[in-house]
Amino acid sequence: MSVAKQLQMKGIRKSFSGVPALRDVDFNLLSGEVHALLGANGAGKSTLMKILSGAYSQDEGTVTIDGRQVHIASPADAKQLGIHCVYQEVDTALVPQLSVAENVMLDSISSKGSSLWLNWRKLEKQAEATLARLGASIPVKKKAGDLTLAEKQLVLIARLLTEKAKYVIFDEPTAPLSLEEAERLFRVIGQLKEEGIGIVFISHRLPEVFQLCDRITVMRDGERVLTEPTSTLTIDEVVQAMLGRVFVEEFPKTEVPIGDPLLEVSGVTRGHHVRNVSFEARNGEVVAIVGLVGAGKTELSRVLFGADKADQGTVSIGKKVIKNSEPADAIAGGIVLVPEERRKQGILVGESVQQNLSLPILKLMTRNGFLSGRKESNNAAAIIGKLGIKTSSAQQKTGQLSGGNQQKVSIGKWLPTGAEVYLFDEPTKGVDIGAKSDIFRIIGTLAEQGKAIVYLTCEFAEAMGIADRILVMCDGALVKEFGRGEATQELLMLYASGGKEEQA
Amino acid sequence: MREKSLDFIFKFGSLLVIALVILFFSMWDEHFFTYANLSDILRSISITTFVAIGVTFSLTVDGFDLSVGSTVSLTTVATAAMMVWYEQPLVVVIIVALLIGALVGLLNALLIVKIRIPDMLATLAVMYIIGGIHKTYTKGYSIYNNMPMPDGSTAPGKFSESFLWLGQGKLLGVPVPVVLMIIAVIAVHLFFKYTRWGRQMYTTGGNEEAARLSGVRVRRIRTAAYIASGIFAAIGGILYAARVGTGQIDAGAPMMMESVAAVFIGYSVLGAGRPNVVGTFFGAILIGVLLNGMTMMKVQYYANDIIKGVVLVLALAVTFIHLSRRRSG
Repeated sequence: MSVAKQLQMKGIRKSFSGVPALRDVDFNLLSGEVHALLGANGAGKSTLMKILSGAYSQDEGTVTIDGRQVHIASPADAKQLGIHCVYQEVDTALVPQLSVAENVMLDSISSKGSSLWLNWRKLEKQAEATLARLGASIPVKKKAGDLTLAEKQLVLIARLLTEKAKYVIFDEPTAPLSLEEAERLFRVIGQLKEEGIGIVFISHRLPEVFQLCDRITVMRDGERVLTEPTSTLTIDEVVQAMLGRVFVEEFPKTEVPIGDPLLEVSGVTRGHHVRNVSFEARNGEVVAIVGLVGAGKTELSRVLFGADKADQGTVSIGKKVIKNSEPADAIAGGIVLVPEERRKQGILVGESVQQNLSLPILKLMTRNGFLSGRKESNNAAAIIGKLGIKTSSAQQKTGQLSGGNQQKVSIGKWLPTGAEVYLFDEPTKGVDIGAKSDIFRIIGTLAEQGKAIVYLTCEFAEAMGIADRILVMCDGALVKEFGRGEATQELLMLYASGGKEEQA
Repeated sequence: MREKSLDFIFKFGSLLVIALVILFFSMWDEHFFTYANLSDILRSISITTFVAIGVTFSLTVDGFDLSVGSTVSLTTVATAAMMVWYEQPLVVVIIVALLIGALVGLLNALLIVKIRIPDMLATLAVMYIIGGIHKTYTKGYSIYNNMPMPDGSTAPGKFSESFLWLGQGKLLGVPVPVVLMIIAVIAVHLFFKYTRWGRQMYTTGGNEEAARLSGVRVRRIRTAAYIASGIFAAIGGILYAARVGTGQIDAGAPMMMESVAAVFIGYSVLGAGRPNVVGTFFGAILIGVLLNGMTMMKVQYYANDIIKGVVLVLALAVTFIHLSRRRSG
């Protein structure tokens, strides 16, 4: 392979406070190719791309462009070299009050060499021409803020054409798009390829990767494990490479007799993120809902809990439809949520453990209308004992506890409410292994008491260990159900990335 | 070492400043540290304290209420009008005034909680609206006993003795408004510390989303806080009318600034780091002492605003330096 017309990353290493995120990674990108970069969450693909785009700098390793070594110390350096990034959050890169034309031409408007006066006619002409090159027809006088998300993406892509981009990184560009919009994006990417631009395409959706990309690189645990032309690979092989050796953690699953249907969710929809979701959970049953990041799990949990309004659908407990326009209503109806964003949503970090544990049941903590310190401290002591929360006292600030103990506070505050359905959203995120097994033990105990558990996670191994049933969520919809013991990580990954077994 | 001294300053700085200011004025003029003058200071701050308690409520739920000053003006002329123009009995006068305060609070809550206008902007607009209402209502005149009416007659009613007692009377040698102020400070302190609503208010202010996801009905709680803010401003208006014995227009105009300053000085009292009614009380004392002392030193009246502004800036600086330090730490 000649050294000309390609970007090469060699021997890249990067650690964050001693923890290696990238170990000796090589990656090369040819001009005029679409190169998929795949990997599970935390595999290191975003870190690698952040080094390329100048957001991070590597500890070791070199980047060369067309055989010449380059130094990328900042995003500005990267742009200077023609390396651009189209992030998922397109809104942060656009100025919503300005017109499409101004947004496309933003770089040339604000560059040093440009004249003091703006030639609007010329500006709009140029913007129009650039958009036409992409086969996009967006009225250039329209305000950028009024565009659809897909149109905004096109405006950004047009902008980087005016900036003479040579290499473009697309970070999950299709996640928020509809099928038709994604198809249009693929045509645009094809056009960029025609113009000789090298493209890195990051996506969780394997079918589209196979449709679009020339080569595939798979990363796992900070290493590159595979780089092959797409034509020589199958979806199965890629899934296998992403997961590595099949690794089933041991989780102490409590066997509980499963009772009658308790939670019934029917046709729940909210925007794009939650689409017509129906399922049920029985007394004593642990139902896991697995999906990749962005599949809509958190959104689903918030809708079920009344934190966000559903556009459609009902949630009932024991045949009784509950009103859930507010979390307070959902709690009264018997559903509680342990949210993913623990420090922002699960607990009040500035308040004591005791106050956090009283908050949902303040009504029970009063005597003659006043809060009773004794009732509160008894309540706190009981929960701290039951869950083994490690805290110097009930008066300690909750924010000072370890992640696992904070999580126990976030769970423990619900115990005295008498809730029947517990929603857990990524409850093991950021907790150590000891606290993890404690959390599983707590969930087992709740199931034994006949509670229904809905466990939302992107950790497939956890779901396989703890759940009686696994539902796979992809792009806001439930796409597949597995009974206990039926699922493998490969199958879960396949369905979670939008694939089907027939294709495999 | 530096960390420690900064913490010390934050915790005891404002109390120290109060002590130093009192010491300074006492040495400047022997009349300053006398029972008569000190009780005068307390009486002069009693109204500000009530208004500042209102501001404490809105800040506790992480909101803000700029309209308290005009609420004072509105309720002052409304109480005066009810007595002088319409000869209403005391109970009606007080209840109607409190209702007006509650209504203003409800209006603020509607704009902020329901329509989601940012609190500063919503209450800024409301401040102008009710400021305009009270002047329009009185056609720009203050209301006093035996005032001439538009038709040439004399106003039928007058300020009742029992009403004036609220602002001018004494209980066991202590001015009545001071007694009321101390009762209110203690009651509101107990409210925040020992009631469900108080607890929910400051958890809402601490982290609205976490409070909501713990089952707190945050919209209801925030609405209640704005209503409380309006009611306490109304009490301030009633006491103002009772102390002066007339319905002055624009009576509350200077109070917004003083009460906001008092609350922010209160942030740092004993290192609370958040709005708290005891701190608010000490903040009001600091401002009262400064104004009283400066009057004694014959500082030009208009210079008071400079001092008030500077005190507010200092209090804000201390608070926000502390908060950003704590956040990064």
